[in-house]
Amino acid sequence: MELTILFYVFAALTLLPAFVVVFSRSLIYAAFSLLFTFLGVAGLYVLLSADFIAVAQIMVYIGGIMILLVFGVMLTKQATDVEVSTGIMKTLPSLIIVGFALGTLVMVVTGAQWPQEVLQPEVQGTALEIGELLMTTFVLPFEVAGILLLVAVMGAAMIARKPNEVQS
Amino acid sequence: MMEIGLSHYLVVSAVLFCLGILALATRRNAVLMLMGIEFILNSANINLIAFSHYQGLNLEGHVFALFVIILAAAEAAVALAIVLHVYRMNNTVDADRISRLKE
Repeated sequence: MELTILFYVFAALTLLPAFVVVFSRSLIYAAFSLLFTFLGVAGLYVLLSADFIAVAQIMVYIGGIMILLVFGVMLTKQATDVEVSTGIMKTLPSLIIVGFALGTLVMVVTGAQWPQEVLQPEVQGTALEIGELLMTTFVLPFEVAGILLLVAVMGAAMIARKPNEVQS
Repeated sequence: MMEIGLSHYLVVSAVLFCLGILALATRRNAVLMLMGIEFILNSANINLIAFSHYQGLNLEGHVFALFVIILAAAEAAVALAIVLHVYRMNNTVDADRISRLKE
């Protein structure tokens, strides 16, 4: 019962700020409501007994990507008073198409027969088993992901620095 | 109130996905479009974790979600670098008014 209430709380925490991101006029409001969306998704992960992924979500998304995006907003705009709204004539076709897509998705998802075997209730943390999987079955993707992160850091630093620093 | 099943999570993720697509399609600010991409990746992750949970806690879904988070971090860093570069070049991040990436 309380799991049901928690699910609806976290779903609302995920989706309501997402609407703010899509429809608000202020960039700063959008950036900060992103924080609550990521928190709500982390809560949903906890309800799905994915404790390690929830912690990773909080650390990477809220501690990393969220900060990056706020920096992006602050470095590319003159703070808060900017108008970023889009005209209704541009928005309406996308609204209609996305509405159709959402209707189809929800119809398919609620109509289908899904498997319902839940391993309960003695779940004792997933970090150990995820670590074992990463070091055995998925060791190659794990190493490739490490290389990818290194290349991404180097590429981002390369792209973002001022062009005239290249010659010196 | 009924019992929470797999389809509840899938509906939440479908709504989040559509909001991400909507942000990509309607917002013209490059940073806001990036936020839309983060929504789409998050909705995919909710799907992965939900299916993993409702199939007897199959942890391969968790590993897959972990890789998605890694890719999202790398993507955000590189995309923000490109946005900063474009801003320095064009003095705007409005996707409709950006027509060149280098001098």
